Amino acid sequence: MGILEVKNVNKRFGGLQALGDVNLSVAENTVHAIIGPNGAGKSTLLNCLVGKLIPDTGSVMFDGQSVLGRSPYEINQMGISRVFQTPEIFGDLTVMENMMIPCFAKRDGAFELNALNSVGNQKDIIERAEHMLEDMNMADKRHMHAASMSRGDKRRLEIGMCLSQEPRLLLLDEPTAGMARADTNNTIDLLKQIKQERDITIAIIEHDMHVVFSLAERITVLAQGTPLVEDTPDKIKGHPKVREAYLGESA
Amino acid sequence: MFGLQKKDTTLLLVVAALALFAPFLLNPFPEGSAMAQFNAGYPDLMQRFVIFGIFAVGFNILFGLTGYLSFGHAAFLGVGSYSAVWMFKLLGYNVIPGIILSVIVAGLFSVVIGYVSLRRSGIYFSILTLAFAQMSYNMAYSVLGNPTSNFNLTNGETGLQVYTSDPQILASAGAPDLPHLFGLTMRSSYQLELGSWLFTFNAGYYLCAVLLLVSFYVAIRIFRSPFGLMLRAVKSNQQRMNYTGLNTRPYTLAAFVISGMYAGLAGGLLSTMDPLAGAERMQWTASGEVVLMTILGGAGTLIGPVLGAGFIKYFENIFSKINEGVLHAWFGFLPDGLENGVIWVVEHFVGPGWHLTLGLLFMLVVTFLPGGLVEGGQKIAALLSRRKSKDTDNRATQSTPAE
Ligand SMILES: Nc1ncnc2c1ncn2[C@@H]1O[C@H](COP(=O)(O)OP(=O)(O)OP(=O)(O)O)[C@@H](O)[C@H]1O
Ligand SMILES: [Mg+2]
Repeated sequence: MGILEVKNVNKRFGGLQALGDVNLSVAENTVHAIIGPNGAGKSTLLNCLVGKLIPDTGSVMFDGQSVLGRSPYEINQMGISRVFQTPEIFGDLTVMENMMIPCFAKRDGAFELNALNSVGNQKDIIERAEHMLEDMNMADKRHMHAASMSRGDKRRLEIGMCLSQEPRLLLLDEPTAGMARADTNNTIDLLKQIKQERDITIAIIEHDMHVVFSLAERITVLAQGTPLVEDTPDKIKGHPKVREAYLGESA
Repeated sequence: MFGLQKKDTTLLLVVAALALFAPFLLNPFPEGSAMAQFNAGYPDLMQRFVIFGIFAVGFNILFGLTGYLSFGHAAFLGVGSYSAVWMFKLLGYNVIPGIILSVIVAGLFSVVIGYVSLRRSGIYFSILTLAFAQMSYNMAYSVLGNPTSNFNLTNGETGLQVYTSDPQILASAGAPDLPHLFGLTMRSSYQLELGSWLFTFNAGYYLCAVLLLVSFYVAIRIFRSPFGLMLRAVKSNQQRMNYTGLNTRPYTLAAFVISGMYAGLAGGLLSTMDPLAGAERMQWTASGEVVLMTILGGAGTLIGPVLGAGFIKYFENIFSKINEGVLHAWFGFLPDGLENGVIWVVEHFVGPGWHLTLGLLFMLVVTFLPGGLVEGGQKIAALLSRRKSKDTDNRATQSTPAE
């Protein structure tokens, strides 16, 4: 049994079958890529995993517990963190503050009325956030306004924020979309390093095959809302069905 | 000190000093001089400065930190006022129970309104709060205020006040027939004459000032706390918060209720200074006023709302008193035709036209200083320090060329 089990998930938007009978099993401590042409339903599937969308039918189990019907914050507290297609960070706050917030969420849970203590006195949180910033190579940027950083740095910060929660499953939706080559390679290196250093399962949606083949141990190909094949990267590379799905899209 | 950083302690001490010496600071002009009408150091106005300062400081905890713009906070002000008067009617004129109850009732009231309104954000939230406040106003004005019914909570148009027939069960025999703090009436004042200056020290004002300081202190603590950080995170990116395992709803509700309690305290103090509570305190114009105060002073800053409240109350009370007679005295030196022309123009901006002046000022501030008066102050400070640091830079480069 994988840490994430998706069974018979269907999702319709009006007349459009965005997901049709999706079955997916992500094994613990692997990097699992989900690829497919535009409009294949990859983001829709991901949204069903984190509570943004509720599937019409089917089940989504994380570590033996159903995530369906729970709100995003509850699912996150179960151990699933999500990185967005465009970096979602707290633009008005400093880099350090950005990093402290997930640390508070990890320590205090979904809500804590901690209104009379000073942030400056929360030694454990500060230490943890600083440690994470060093891990992410961003310690020198700690006082910067998060919004004023480059896209690559924002992505790096967002990944760091997710990691500081020590999630068991990290979901990434096209983490390198719109990035320059150098930033893309940095992100690949960062993810490789993360995988090496800790026990974590990563599910990644990606268009860039360079990224996919650098990282993934398993690949699921999604086309028109249905998984076509699931296999190791080597097998996927030459798979006729995969070629067809991509070529059919571009033809 | 007081568990605050140095910078915040300084700010608190400055506000304390300003509040303590306000009777001097606000009366810079000698009695009887032409400028005396710009003096603001009389009890009634000084009380308003600090009471509305409390109101705005609380409003800023919601609006400045979370970005949720409530257009209904006057409802909590009104509820606080009515609660205090009810305590005067039932228990007696000692102000302590009234002030406490006004905070509690406004808190409960804001739990209900906040719970419903916070299901929406942005403009829909604002409209919901506005609707609730207008509902409360209408209820207070008519349904709950019918003097002939048995259930007369607000006494409608007349306003809620204390009658000799009221129980006042805790009132002791010799107690004053006015709001008082253990015998010290809120109206009592001490007047100090220095040359042609007259300074008034009023008990009610100092009670309000102490409560402003307490309110301000609590606001600083909230701003610097993990809770305050979460509120700023709500304003910045709710989506990221939800996907970081944080439930935004209770955070915004807590901020809403805290700011509602501040409004209740302000309302209670209004009744304490003058034990008559009318429904007009709940009207939407009153809700809009606290929005203006906060934005004008600088939303999201600590001192901004206090400045904004002072600014608007000063205009309301001072500019509105300048009438044609005063203008003739000012411009009397001009030739007659010109004098009438000038007065005709100026007249529209003073007296009942003070709203026009305030509106123009508000437009100017919002356009050129989106951070409010506080941003203006910071810009001036930056200009000064740049000039200064240029000097020191020059000197530094001369003495240590290696740098
Ligand atoms: N909220 C929605 N309402 C209606 N239709 C939607 C919604 N979200 C997605 N869709 C449709 O569902 C289909 C799958 O969309 P989805 O975003 O999951 O594709 P994708 O695989 O992520 O594509 P891309 O690679 O372009 O990101 C598309 O046809 C899309 O237009
Ligand atoms: Mg997508």
